[in-house]
Amino acid sequence: MKNQFNVREIREQFPALRQKIYGKNLIYFDNGATSQKPQVVIDAINRYYAVENANIHRGVHYLSQRATTDFEASRIRIQKHLNARKSEEIIFTKGTTDSINLVAFSYGELLNKGDEIIISAMEHHGNIVPWQMLCARKGLVLKVIPINTKGEIIQEEYDKLLSNKTKLVSVIHISNTLGTVNPVKEMIKKAHAVGAKFLLDGAQSIQHMKIDVADLDCDFYVFSGHKVFGPTGIGVLYGKEALLDAMPPYQGGGDMIEKVTFEKTTYNHLPHKFEAGTPHIAGGICLGTAFEFLSTIDLLESEAYERELAHYAEQVLETFEDLTIIGTAKNKTSVVSFNVKGIHPFDIGTLLDKQGIAVRTGHHCTQPLMDFYKIPGTVRASFAFYNTKEEVDFFAEALEKSINILR
Amino acid sequence: MESNTDMTKIQHEIISDFMLFDDWMEKYEYIIDLGKDLPLINEKYKTDEYIIEGCQSKVWLHAALINGKMDYSADSDAIITKGIIGLLIRVMNHQPPEVIASSDLFFISEIGLQEHLSPTRSNGLVGMVKKMKIEAIKSLNQ
Repeated sequence: MKNQFNVREIREQFPALRQKIYGKNLIYFDNGATSQKPQVVIDAINRYYAVENANIHRGVHYLSQRATTDFEASRIRIQKHLNARKSEEIIFTKGTTDSINLVAFSYGELLNKGDEIIISAMEHHGNIVPWQMLCARKGLVLKVIPINTKGEIIQEEYDKLLSNKTKLVSVIHISNTLGTVNPVKEMIKKAHAVGAKFLLDGAQSIQHMKIDVADLDCDFYVFSGHKVFGPTGIGVLYGKEALLDAMPPYQGGGDMIEKVTFEKTTYNHLPHKFEAGTPHIAGGICLGTAFEFLSTIDLLESEAYERELAHYAEQVLETFEDLTIIGTAKNKTSVVSFNVKGIHPFDIGTLLDKQGIAVRTGHHCTQPLMDFYKIPGTVRASFAFYNTKEEVDFFAEALEKSINILR
Repeated sequence: MESNTDMTKIQHEIISDFMLFDDWMEKYEYIIDLGKDLPLINEKYKTDEYIIEGCQSKVWLHAALINGKMDYSADSDAIITKGIIGLLIRVMNHQPPEVIASSDLFFISEIGLQEHLSPTRSNGLVGMVKKMKIEAIKSLNQ
């Protein structure tokens, strides 16, 4: 393991990692589902409700103005982190799924019968169902890029599906089930070459690598706050300004309007056009704190550390008889999904839980992907930069014990 | 009611069995052994018609009224689920339907397995208990 990445120091900032469950030290390997929160984020949430609470964008009083300033400062922090051109390109949403639904509805309004949308076979339900609903509503066609058994998108098949009918490609950056890191920069270029837009689902990439939307040149980038050490219920839609300007509003209500009469309403400018009603103010402000925390970490170092940790876990698991790792892409990070022959993932998950280890079992909201591998689900260990090699060792021991009991 | 007392008695027996175990792993080893021993449902009932879909594990349940008492058999693709089914069947099998319909399965929380009956666990057991009771109610109205 690399020495320059100080995992002990990072762990100390996460109080949840210090607890015991069922009398055992908690080993949290369910980071793909949600991340734990550093003390600074917890403190910021407390502080907001203790002394800062006020509605934003309308009050003339001190608290309201301060909350507005903090909320907008958070937007700017996220803009800088993503290297977006303008803070107006950062829309606060409820999370990844909400962001995708916004694009599916609103960008979808600009599309016509017969237009095509492309997704991949490794998408989670949140990046499948909104497009199916849009296709049903507008008479569009949904195309799915197949994957190979290693869990990699087959690029030749992608090339074949792209045409001048393609209006949008929506693909996950890192697979939540397989850990595959998709070659999205090239895929974005190819989409643009046929005049299609590209939505990059960053739910599993924002916390694992440095994201630069200008360099990637994606048209939309979406993620959830709670997976990147921030609060639940808040997320982000990044979109290129010209595109967001061309899209009609998603929901109507306060904040998204400029002038309302019963005859006609004119809409507010970006980003407020897409933020109807009182937003999740505490969430928005404290997501900014999460990014402040993230700025104290060298993301190149943490990415290397996580890749090494996942690779180590794979090596350890490969020593188990009858254990199959699902997802063996060449470019892979942070996730190890597996099955043990003759044992249901639920049984393994239950026994690991009783030994203090939190993993996810089931289909990970990717049922079509489970169908592809012809399995009911997997056991998934997903890592964050606060996990350690020692935890992986303990996990391997607990897994062995579980298998022996279940056999 | 005599049978109600039976059900209460069986539940107390299970509770005292579980008191012998010191830790969670021992409890689960016992449940897993029960699962391995569970008399399997007749293969002809292991079809979609008898399935109770949970989010993670599948459960098949067959119920019949025989001589005024309910007769249950079941199976699951997950062994822990199967073990807990074994416990449910031990409590409810061969009881009159009216007793099952209004039964209180207090043993589940007493032995610390209530988490398996929370909807978040989604392992088919919530549906299982519900289905066992519904089958009892149905046979009362036949």
